Amino acid sequence: MDKENKVFSINELAEYLKVSKKTIRRHISSGKIKCSKVGGVYRISQDALDVFLNPDGNFSEPALNINPEKGEAKPFPIDSKVPFGSMENKWKNHKQNINLVSPANKRLIDVIVVGTGLAGASASATLAELGYNVKSFCFQDSSRRAHSIAAQGGINAAKNYQGDGDSVYRLFYDTVKGGDYRSREANVYRLAEVSTNIIDQCVAQGVPFARDYGGLLDNRSFGGVLVSRTFYAKGQTGQQLLLGAYSAMNRQINRGKIEMYSRHEMLELVTVNGKARGIIARNLVNGKLERHAAHAVVIASGGYGNVFFLSTNAMGSNVTASWKIHKKGAYFANPCFTQIHPTCIPVSGENQSKLTLMSESLRNDGRIWVPKKLEDVKKLRLKKIKPTEIKEGDRDYYLERRYPAFGNLVPRDVASRAAKERCDAGFGVNKTGEAVFLDFQSAIIRYGTEKTHSLGGDQNDKENVQNLGKQAIKEKYGNLFQMYEKITDENPYETPMMIYPAVHYTMGGVWVDYNLMTSIPGCYAIGEANFSDHGANRLGASALMQGLADGYFVLPYTIGDYLSADIRTGKISTDSPEFKNAERDVLEKLKGFIQNKGTKPVDYFHKKLGRIMWNKCGMSRNKTDLKKAINEIKELREDFYKNVFVPGELHEFNEELAKAGRVADFLELGELFAIDALEREESCGGHFREEHQTQEGEALRDDQNFNFVSAWEYKKTEKAKLHKEKLKFESVKLKSRSYK
Amino acid sequence: MKLNLKIWRQKNNKTKGKIQDYILDGVEEDMSFLEMLDFLNNKLLNEGGEPVAFDHDCREGICGSCSLFINGVAHGPERGTTTCQLHMRKFKDGDTIFIEPFRSRAFPVIKDLIVDRSSFDRIQQAGAYVSVNTSGNTQDANAIPVSKEDADEAFNSATCIGCGACVASCKNSSAMLFTAAKISQYSLLPQGKVERKQRALNMVKQMDLEGFGACTNTGACEAQCPKEISIKNIARMNREYLMANIKK
Ligand SMILES: Cc1cc2nc3c(=O)[nH]c(=O)nc-3n(C[C@H](O)[C@H](O)[C@H](O)COP(=O)(O)OP(=O)(O)OC[C@H]3O[C@@H](n4cnc5c(N)ncnc54)[C@H](O)[C@@H]3O)c2cc1C
Ligand code: FES
Repeated sequence: MDKENKVFSINELAEYLKVSKKTIRRHISSGKIKCSKVGGVYRISQDALDVFLNPDGNFSEPALNINPEKGEAKPFPIDSKVPFGSMENKWKNHKQNINLVSPANKRLIDVIVVGTGLAGASASATLAELGYNVKSFCFQDSSRRAHSIAAQGGINAAKNYQGDGDSVYRLFYDTVKGGDYRSREANVYRLAEVSTNIIDQCVAQGVPFARDYGGLLDNRSFGGVLVSRTFYAKGQTGQQLLLGAYSAMNRQINRGKIEMYSRHEMLELVTVNGKARGIIARNLVNGKLERHAAHAVVIASGGYGNVFFLSTNAMGSNVTASWKIHKKGAYFANPCFTQIHPTCIPVSGENQSKLTLMSESLRNDGRIWVPKKLEDVKKLRLKKIKPTEIKEGDRDYYLERRYPAFGNLVPRDVASRAAKERCDAGFGVNKTGEAVFLDFQSAIIRYGTEKTHSLGGDQNDKENVQNLGKQAIKEKYGNLFQMYEKITDENPYETPMMIYPAVHYTMGGVWVDYNLMTSIPGCYAIGEANFSDHGANRLGASALMQGLADGYFVLPYTIGDYLSADIRTGKISTDSPEFKNAERDVLEKLKGFIQNKGTKPVDYFHKKLGRIMWNKCGMSRNKTDLKKAINEIKELREDFYKNVFVPGELHEFNEELAKAGRVADFLELGELFAIDALEREESCGGHFREEHQTQEGEALRDDQNFNFVSAWEYKKTEKAKLHKEKLKFESVKLKSRSYK
Repeated sequence: MKLNLKIWRQKNNKTKGKIQDYILDGVEEDMSFLEMLDFLNNKLLNEGGEPVAFDHDCREGICGSCSLFINGVAHGPERGTTTCQLHMRKFKDGDTIFIEPFRSRAFPVIKDLIVDRSSFDRIQQAGAYVSVNTSGNTQDANAIPVSKEDADEAFNSATCIGCGACVASCKNSSAMLFTAAKISQYSLLPQGKVERKQRALNMVKQMDLEGFGACTNTGACEAQCPKEISIKNIARMNREYLMANIKK
């Protein structure tokens, strides 16, 4: 929103600032307030006033849109609103300078929040706490079941409780580096800064984090960092944090400040005069369409990993909300930045519906290896030997070999590619050749010996050491081991786990400015749904941090800057032509599915899309495959609209209908994903282009030409248009990432 | 393997439902129970029929979406396991499997195997929270140490996934275990202690309003809870409730 460029007289300014005219004159003569003489009288511009109020400088710089081929520079079409000033002061100053809405006026303002994961639930709770009237939506039967519930390993915060040298700067630096220098510095710094509040907040809400015997909070380490800053609640951190946010929402529901709409799916954004003013949602129980109006709409609908069909995401996770706003004008940024997580349970069969993550925290204690000799691999696959029978010297702990400094705790993209490299070379240890070992034996012995020592037992009593060691492992990762055993029918305390990379998280998402507003005024995106903080690769335990930071501590304040102009707008009506038309369009589309007399179920198309994505846009990508993918997706989309079969009726509970809508959007997103991957002629983070690698097979970034965020603008009839938001690195020096 | 499935089909809450028979061939051991249902649904869809509706999302045993009464047992035969984590290797060729929704007056059927569990949310809304501002300006997280024992015990109570198996397993349809788990979590932590009385009174009141039955200590809830939430929580809740009533 542009601030109007006002001009003040000395009298007006004195009144505005609630000081005497004398004071103003003094500042003018000392040069602190710059002013000009117009027709013999002093006049002070808004800009001069801003500089006076904020000498540190807190005005956003327009981002540059560079075109590397032509060498021309033109401004990125939208102001990213990154404040001027030193990195440490940006957020503080920004908060002081943005417009506020008074408590009385907040009562006149309605906000819609789509999503009740960590981002949406925390945003709803704080917005309601501040006084706004909130309507929250989720498609599950309860807001507590949002996908965030499944997060396992932990949440980062720069608390430095372990005294191991952690700091806000280090968390910021690790995140920028981990993201392979493709994130916006200012956003990341703010994230690191507010991270400490999150832990305070959650503890105050009664979140039962793990504690040590002294009663203080415990920490563990995650990949890509050298400190212990991850807070956790066994392997159920997401559950505990989400239930905390859910409780904060419940408190506001009880106060009447949040209206909760579960089993509701947003199917369209309604804009009036270019501003987001509401949504069309389908009540999933009776199938009816509903109009909901508000002064602003917040999208917190999570990531789009399910474009691959098989992923670690919950079955219902989808891109629809993000995609609908994209088609209404919100730029979609870096769609090809996807995280493939190295430690998941390998695919077991054709009918598999989803993949299960084994938390990264396991890499604290597990060592990853494959056999050195191909003959051992053969025997393993034929079950002629057990993994435990392979001698130490015949094992290749390839991460420790290739990356001695970080070893098993390299970032996810690096670990995943290394697993693929070994499996492609024929060393995969299961029948499909797509698995490596994650082995806890060393840790069991280490913990067991420690425990035996402190109990004064006999360290040569191997059985006792083993038992105590297994107990220690159970305390740390019990539920994960249990989950592994249930799925694979193998006991991971006795034999190493088998793991393989799987799609897990999407760094790409809706483009947002520093205020988390999309390119549609009044429409915001938070949590995994936006693109901002993780660059080309996310570090473990940072998604929960970002979701809660966005929801509790950033959005509720930045949204005031926009809403302050809306205090006199009054209730937004749902009777306007915009609402009617939007509802009609949605209805038409849904009817189309029901009336289509196709023969193939929705899943047929979803699985097919998933295979294209995994094979051609997965862990490594090349020009030929990406081009093929684009064509295949187009063909599949045509086939879908011609031949999809959706049974049942519109006005009833109809899961297939809901799925059809989601897959239709995945079929469009998939294409943009491939186009984005094709255009980005470099390797960075999770985006690995085979054409761009070093001799050792490490990712080769191209900062000269690709140091930007790809922000795609939807075009109805032609190809999506690419805008480039140039990234500037002021606090962290751009250099090639090394974990050796 | 080949299975005889007997599945509850009900169009909506206004129509009556009935058990319908399906014979399903080609089920594999590695499939999860829900993947077996996907497999059935795929077959039904390919024949132009309507798939069986059931709730599910995470398929990792944590979101609490999945339910199902399998051969008369909530979440099926394996202890400490949600339906989504139950695998077909626990069944054998030729088995007959009854699949029904969770049944309780407070959980009306929406369609087929899907029930409305919003009563659980309303119990939580009645008081399952600490009244703290979400502004982040609270005291440092380590300002109040909490003994590891209490923290672990609170965590154990807090791992309830709100699936409703306790209610479905209880002959009285009691929601005591669900409600008690939350009340316990807060009563064990210093942050939750301040509002403990009001919380216990309000949550229990809402529980009764929703039409859940009384607890007669049969222990079925604990036995069939997929997260093995201990019945000790109920004793703790009763104590909280009693204390709150005395000091009202
Ligand atoms: C298995 C697993 C483990 C993980 N472990 C960790 C970890 O240990 N640490 C970490 O930091 N991160 C972890 N992550 C990542 C992290 O969990 C997610 O990135 C994060 O929870 C996303 O939160 P969110 O609030 O953005 O969205 P989500 O939690 O995905 O919530 C999305 C919400 O939007 C709603 N919604 C979506 N579309 C619509 C629509 N059209 N209409 C209405 N509602 C809609 C849904 O109902 C839901 O409420 C893990 C992820 C997975 C898959
Ligand atoms: S589907 Fe989430 S617990 Fe079963």
